[in-house]
Amino acid sequence: MSGIQDKYYYPSFSLRLMRALHLDHVLLFGIGALLIVGLVVLYSAGDESAALINRQLTRIGLALVVMLIVAQIPSSTLRFWSPWMYIVGVVLLVLVLVMGDVGKGAQRWLDLGFVRFQPSEMMKLVTPMMIAWYFSDKPLPPSWKTLFFAAFLILIPTFLIARQPDLGTSLLVFAAGFFVLFLGGLSWRLMIGLGVLGASMLPVLWHFMHDYQRGRVMTLLDPQRDPLGAGYHIIQSQIAIGSGGVYGRGWLNGSQSHLNFLPEQSTDFIFAVFAEEFGLIGGIFLLVLYGFIIIRGLVIAVQGQDTYARLLGGSLSLTFFVYLFVNVGMVSGILPVVGVPLPLISYGGTSMVTLLAAFGMLMSINSHRKIWSK
Amino acid sequence: MPRRAVIKNHTLEALLFKRRALVAAIFSVLILLVLLARLVYLQFFEFSHFASLSENNRVRLSPLVPNRGLIYDRNGVVLAENRPSYQLELIPEQINDMQQTLSDLGEIVVLDDDVLKRFKRLLKRSRKFEGVPLRTKLSEEEVAKLAVNRHRFLGVEVKATLGRFYPLSKSMAHVVGYVGRIDENELKRVDEANYKGSTHIGKTGIERYYEDQLHGLVGYKNIFRSVQGRELRVLDKIPPVPGSNLWLTLDARLQKVAEKALQGFSGSVVVMKPHTGEILAMVSLPAFDPNLFVHGISHKDYSRLRDSPDRPLFNRSIMGQYPPGSTVKPFVGLGGLETRSIGYKEQINCTGHYLLPNEERKYRDWKKTGHGLVDLNISIEQSCDVYYYELAYRMGINRIHNFLHQFGFGEKTGVDLLGERSGLLPSREWKKKAKNKIWFPGETLITGIGQGYMLTTPLQLASATSILAMRGQVHPPHLLSQIEEAGNDEKTNIEWQEKESVKLKREVNWRHSIEGMVSVLHSIRGTARSSGYGLNFKMAGKTGTAQVFGIAQDAEYDEETIAKKLRDHALFVSFAPHIDPKIAVAVIAENGSHGSSVAAPIARKVVDEWLRTNEGRVDK
Repeated sequence: MSGIQDKYYYPSFSLRLMRALHLDHVLLFGIGALLIVGLVVLYSAGDESAALINRQLTRIGLALVVMLIVAQIPSSTLRFWSPWMYIVGVVLLVLVLVMGDVGKGAQRWLDLGFVRFQPSEMMKLVTPMMIAWYFSDKPLPPSWKTLFFAAFLILIPTFLIARQPDLGTSLLVFAAGFFVLFLGGLSWRLMIGLGVLGASMLPVLWHFMHDYQRGRVMTLLDPQRDPLGAGYHIIQSQIAIGSGGVYGRGWLNGSQSHLNFLPEQSTDFIFAVFAEEFGLIGGIFLLVLYGFIIIRGLVIAVQGQDTYARLLGGSLSLTFFVYLFVNVGMVSGILPVVGVPLPLISYGGTSMVTLLAAFGMLMSINSHRKIWSK
Repeated sequence: MPRRAVIKNHTLEALLFKRRALVAAIFSVLILLVLLARLVYLQFFEFSHFASLSENNRVRLSPLVPNRGLIYDRNGVVLAENRPSYQLELIPEQINDMQQTLSDLGEIVVLDDDVLKRFKRLLKRSRKFEGVPLRTKLSEEEVAKLAVNRHRFLGVEVKATLGRFYPLSKSMAHVVGYVGRIDENELKRVDEANYKGSTHIGKTGIERYYEDQLHGLVGYKNIFRSVQGRELRVLDKIPPVPGSNLWLTLDARLQKVAEKALQGFSGSVVVMKPHTGEILAMVSLPAFDPNLFVHGISHKDYSRLRDSPDRPLFNRSIMGQYPPGSTVKPFVGLGGLETRSIGYKEQINCTGHYLLPNEERKYRDWKKTGHGLVDLNISIEQSCDVYYYELAYRMGINRIHNFLHQFGFGEKTGVDLLGERSGLLPSREWKKKAKNKIWFPGETLITGIGQGYMLTTPLQLASATSILAMRGQVHPPHLLSQIEEAGNDEKTNIEWQEKESVKLKREVNWRHSIEGMVSVLHSIRGTARSSGYGLNFKMAGKTGTAQVFGIAQDAEYDEETIAKKLRDHALFVSFAPHIDPKIAVAVIAENGSHGSSVAAPIARKVVDEWLRTNEGRVDK
C-alpha cells in the first residue's frame, strides 16, 4: 500500500471510490437518507405489505443504476445532445396527444410495444437542458430576443403537457425552464411585470380550466364546501397531519392511514402518513433533509464548470424543491390538489427514475469539473 | 446601432449566477419556513381539534343484516329457507407457512387453480388479522373432514353464512321465485339505508312481490376500531328485525302431483279453491333450479336457460297467453241464455260447417260430419262449434265482450305476483284502437269458439272457472295466506277482499251451463268422458284446443305430419264437485293436441289427489 505514508493527500477508500464513480458523497448521503425514510413510511402506508416494498426496492435499484450511468456522462456531452433530445421529446409529446393511452382520464403514456413510456416525465429534464444549451453561447443576462425565444421553447412542452391534461407535470416543466431564465439573469423588473400580468390573467386562466381543476381550487379555498366529495382528500389529510401532534402517533400507528381514510396514501399523500406517525419533529427533520439536498445542489451548481453546467444544475436543484413545496403544500392544504409526488418518498417508479437521473447530472457536473479545469 | 457585446464575460456571468443562486437559496429557505409554519399550525396549535376528528373517524357504524323471512306452504312445508353455507377462510397473521398450509389443505378440500389464484389476489389486499376467503360452498363432507383435522391448521376457519335455499328446487321455482345479488337499479328502488349490508334481494315470484315483508329491518352497531381496524368495543347497538315468515296458500304435495301429471309437456296447471280464491298449485313447465341464482348463476347456466326455446324462466301460469279455444264455450253459452239470444232447449242444426249470410267462407266444425241437432247442453258436452258460431252471430261482439268481461277475461286477476299479463278480450273499440281496423262479422264467430284475437292466461282460466263454479261469486286468486311477524307468535291471517259478484237475471242459467260441463265428463258422448269414470261425485269441465297456426280453407289437419312445435295446445278447465265446489283446475299442455286425451286426465289426477285429503274430502 504505497499511499499510506502520504495519506494526508489521499482521501479514504470510500471517497476515492466515490470519485472514481463520479458520485458526490454529500448528495448521496441526503438521497440515501430520504430513500430510507421513504421505505419506512411506505411500509406503514401500504398496510405492511412486503410485496409493495419489494416493488419499490426494485424501482429504487433501477433508478440508482440510471443515476450512476448519467453521472458518468460529462456535461459537455449532455450539452451536445440537448437540442436533439428536446426535439425528440416534443415530437413524442405530440404523438401522445394523437395516439397515447388514456389512464385515469388523461393521456400520458405512449405505448412503444415493449415498454410504456411517459414523454412528459423526460421533459422535466430535457426542457432545462435545452434552455441551458440555448443560453450557453449567449451573453448573459440574456437579450430580449434571446429571452423571447427561450420563453417560447419553455411554453411548447408546457402547453403540450397541460393538454393531456397533466397539470402537475406541466407546472414542473415550466418551473424547470423558468429557473434557467432566472439563474441566467432574467431582470427583476421583467419578473415583477410578468408577475403582475400573470395575476391579472388569472380570470382568463380560470376560463380555460377543466371543471375538475376549478373544483380543486374552490376546494382549497373552502374544503367544507363538499366534505365528502372534492374536499374529502384535503380534510382527511389535514386531520392526519394535525392529529400527529408534536411527537406523532408512532410508526404503524397512524389511524387515519391504516383505516384507509387517506386517499392515495402510498403516492401523492404519503406525507400525511409520515406527519401523522412522526409528528412535527419528524416533519422538521424531513424539511431539513430536503433543504440540505437543495443547498448542496445549488453549491454544486455554483461551482459548475461553465454556463451550461451551472444553469442546468441550479435549475434541477430548484425544480426538486418545487416538487417538495407543491406536494407538501397540497397535502397540508395551502395549495390546490395537483398530482405531484413527494420526491424520493412517494411510491412509484417514473418520478423516482427522473429524480435520480437529475441527481446523476448534478453529480456529473460536480465530478467532471476537475477533469476539465486545467 | 451599437450591438451589445456578444463576447461572453465568464467571470461576470459566474458572479451573476452566484448572486442569483444565493437569492434562490434564501427564497427556498423562506418557503421551507412557510411549510414549517403550516405544520406547526396544524400539529401544535390545532392538534386537539384534529385529534378529536381523528378519534371520530375510528368510530364506525356498521349495519347488522336482518335474517330473511321464511316461506312455507299451507301445511308448513318449507319452500324457502336460510341455510348456512360454509366458507373456508385463512387468517394470514396466524399462518406461518402459507404455501405449506395451502398444499396441506389441498389434500382435504378441492382447491383448483382458479380458487388459488383468486385467493392470492385477495391475500395481497387483505388485512393480516382478517379472514381471507379461500373456498365457498364447502360440502358437508369437506366441513366434516376439516373439523377432524382442525388441530393441524392454525388460522384456518370454517365460517358459516346464511344463504337462501329452496328445498323443493324446480317445483316451486316460478311461484316462489328466487333471490339474487342486488344490482344498482334495485338499490335505487329500495330504501338504501335499510339495505346497508344486505347482499340479496327478491328477484321474481313471491320473493320479489313480498320483498318488503321478507327483508326485515336493518340494525346497527357503533364500533370503536383499533388503528388496524380491529373491533375494540361496541359502543351501542340496535338489533335488526328479522323479516316476516310467509305462509302461502300453495300445497307443495298437490303441486308435485300436478307437475308430475303435466310432465313431458310445456305448459301450466293452476289449481284454486273457488270458494276462497286460494291458489293451491301453480305449475309452469319446463322449470329451472332457483338455487342456481342465489350465489350468482354462471354465465353458461344462464345463457342455457335464457336461450332455451322452451323458455324455462317464463312463468306460463301468469305470463303465458293462449287462445282459450273451446274452454270459453260454457261462458259464451251462459251469455247467450242471459242475453236471451238463445233458449235453453233451443236446437241448432249442425251440418259440420257454418256460413255467414253473403259470405262464401266456410266456418268449419271440428267434426266434419256435424253434430246434428244441438242444444246448449249438447253443445258443451260435445263442443259443437257451429252452435257457437250461430250464437256468437246472434249476440254480436259487443255483448260477448261485455258478458265475458265480468269473468275477468282481458284483465289481470291481481294475483300477488309481478309480471302478470292481462290476456286479451277483443271488442270493436279494441280493434279500432290497437289495429285501426273495423271489426268483421267473421271475427265475432271465431271469438265465440275462443279463437281469433282472444288470449287468456292459465290463471285467468282458473279464476273464470272458479267464478262459474261459484255461480257468480268472485274470489280473486291469491297466494299469501298468513304472515308471521318477528316477535309475534300469532300468525296474522290475510283477509282477501271478495269482489262484486257476477249477477244473472235468471239464476237458473248457472245450472244450465254447469250441467253442460258435467256432461262433458259424465255423459257417454262427453268429450272428456274417459276422465269422468269412477268418481263418487260429479265433476264439471270443458275441453279446449287452441290453434297454434291457421289451417288454410278446406285443408286437412293431419297431426301425424305436423311437427310437434306446430301442434295445437290442449286445454282443460274444470271444477269439482259440481255443487258446492272445492277445487277448480285449469290445464294447458302446449302442443298437446287434444284437450280430452291430454289435458283432462291431468286435471283428473289433481282433483283425485286433492279430494283424497282431509281438506278436500267430499262428504256424500
